[in-house]
Amino acid sequence: MRATSFRIPRLLRSQAFRILLIYLVLFAVSAVALIAFSYWNTRRALDAQTDQTIEAEITGLSEQYQRLGLRGLVDVIISRSIHGDHGLYLLTDAVHRPLAGNLDGWPQVQSHSGHFIEFDYERRYGSETERRRARGRAFALTGGFQLLVARDVHERYETVRLFTTTLPWTVALMVLLGFIGGGFVSRNMLSRLDSINRTSEDIIQGNLSRRVPTTRSNDEFDVLASNLNRMLDRNERLMKGMREVTDSVAHDLRSPLNRLRNRLESALAHSEGDNAEQMQGAIEETDHLIATFNALLLIAEAEAGAAREAMEPMMLAPVVEGVAELYAPLAEEKGIKLAVKPGGPAPIEGNKSLVSQALANLVDNAIKYTPEGGEVTLAANETPGGVELCVADTGAGIPPEDRSRVMERFVRLEASRNSPGTGLGLSLVAAVARLHDAVFTLDDNKPGLRATLRFPLRRPRAAPAE
Amino acid sequence: MRILVVEDDLEAQRYLVNGLKESGHVVDDAADGDTGLTLALSRPYDVAVVDRMLPKLDGLKLVEEMREHGNSTPVLFLSALSEVDDRVKGLKSGGDDYLTKPYAFVELLARIDALMRRRSPATVKTRLQVGDLELDLLTRAANRGVTPIDLQPREFRLLEYLMRHAGQVVTRTMLLESVWEYHFDPQTNVIDVHISRLRAKIDKGFETPLLHTIRGAGYMIRARN
Repeated sequence: MRATSFRIPRLLRSQAFRILLIYLVLFAVSAVALIAFSYWNTRRALDAQTDQTIEAEITGLSEQYQRLGLRGLVDVIISRSIHGDHGLYLLTDAVHRPLAGNLDGWPQVQSHSGHFIEFDYERRYGSETERRRARGRAFALTGGFQLLVARDVHERYETVRLFTTTLPWTVALMVLLGFIGGGFVSRNMLSRLDSINRTSEDIIQGNLSRRVPTTRSNDEFDVLASNLNRMLDRNERLMKGMREVTDSVAHDLRSPLNRLRNRLESALAHSEGDNAEQMQGAIEETDHLIATFNALLLIAEAEAGAAREAMEPMMLAPVVEGVAELYAPLAEEKGIKLAVKPGGPAPIEGNKSLVSQALANLVDNAIKYTPEGGEVTLAANETPGGVELCVADTGAGIPPEDRSRVMERFVRLEASRNSPGTGLGLSLVAAVARLHDAVFTLDDNKPGLRATLRFPLRRPRAAPAE
Repeated sequence: MRILVVEDDLEAQRYLVNGLKESGHVVDDAADGDTGLTLALSRPYDVAVVDRMLPKLDGLKLVEEMREHGNSTPVLFLSALSEVDDRVKGLKSGGDDYLTKPYAFVELLARIDALMRRRSPATVKTRLQVGDLELDLLTRAANRGVTPIDLQPREFRLLEYLMRHAGQVVTRTMLLESVWEYHFDPQTNVIDVHISRLRAKIDKGFETPLLHTIRGAGYMIRARN
């Protein structure tokens, strides 16, 4: 699992980053909604205020008009135009010719909202003029006169305009910052997960003394790391214990077995006739016991992973050739055709002695259970998913329901009860497979049995622990 | 021949010493590593049989010390340890052969004989001869009398090993280890089949058989019965 072999950077595929991305989108959407809501509300409140003022003024002015007539209204407008703070006024006749007010002419309407209009006007500061936004209402007086009352809303207008033009940028910036922050946080998390993963890989490779590094921050990762480390300590103790037990069982049973065999041998040397035959039988039984015992120990060792230290890069092809050559005369004697299917060199990381033994067990079995005229085929192949070692025969095969059972220790099917063997041959193959992270399967060869060991592709060796 | 036995299991030691003496060897014994080392360095031995686990000085250490002192006596390790990497460790420390307990005495005896043979100053031989059977190691040709014998490469190696140990018992395990370089026990005795094929080639049709089966032990090639 090398990150570089993927087109999408690993950072973007990480769970942490995905979660951050979702939060980022949620955050951006809700922030925009919140801002939009408060903008809309504020603007409505401000406009309502302006509108009220304008309404009040129009009411006032139309009252003036009714009481004092056109002259009175003009006076009031002139006075307000000069002294009022933000008020804009324009009184025109029916065809919009100005009569009084501080606007030069009837304005070009920019937008409507109800009775109210918004327009631009020019304000003079000495010799300079400035285009500003105003909001107001036109009102028709009796006699065809038009009265326009408005307020300068340029500040509000500017604020809104600024707001609407910068909003996309604000959101973009927010997303960008979120992205960078998210990337940083998830990279941080990833690097810690990575160190845990690397340690696990190392341990799987057999380096049991490796531990997950911890920081001093005492965060969740440290808690996870220290929990894992405690678990690993316990595992290592168990493995060590297991190995010690295996070693002492080996030692404590082998010595008495040795003495037993010695005594039988010397007894045989001094006996004759029937007695000698009995002795010979006893020695053979002892040897069978020893063979079973050795096979069990070998399985225990393979299971405990002790032989991992003796793993090295090796090719399966020569192993297949060698075992085929060893068994060829036996097969020929039984009238079985033993063939090696040509394949690649099939490189694996393995313990040559154990792999040879496993293959020999499979070939031995195949020859044992294949009738005269049958065929046993050996093959080592490189496939995209790994390296396959295959022994196929044309014998009776094993019924599907028994296939996983025969890999267990001491299981011998009824059909083979009377042929020699310890009942540990396939268990050893299974143990050797586990030691090599290989998958051991038994399939129907139609007819016969096809035993396959699928080894993983050779990994680059983990750097030795410092 | 002088043999040193260093073994802390006293019953096994007694049996071993008696057996070797009965076979005509002169035997010294030691029950711990220190004594064993002292003996090994003070007297010349043809072979030392050393238990892998010894009190005071471990078997591996003992052999390492012997080698450091320039002592090149062939060493046969006996071990009750489980075997996957112990054999490698034993051979690395300077041992010449490795036998796992429990062993058959004939196996031990055959291996001791082989180690002694290895030690005798071997002029580089290019021809091996047993009776009228000749093996030319350069041309890789085999002849019995005037009859050429056609051998497969593995059969040649098998015959070569047997002839190099002519007159000695060679066990099946020794053949499997030396000729095939396998250190495991094949369930069926495949070696017997190889031997009977070889026998068919070198003995069939000749008056005196050369390749003999030694019951309960192994095989031997020799000219006279």
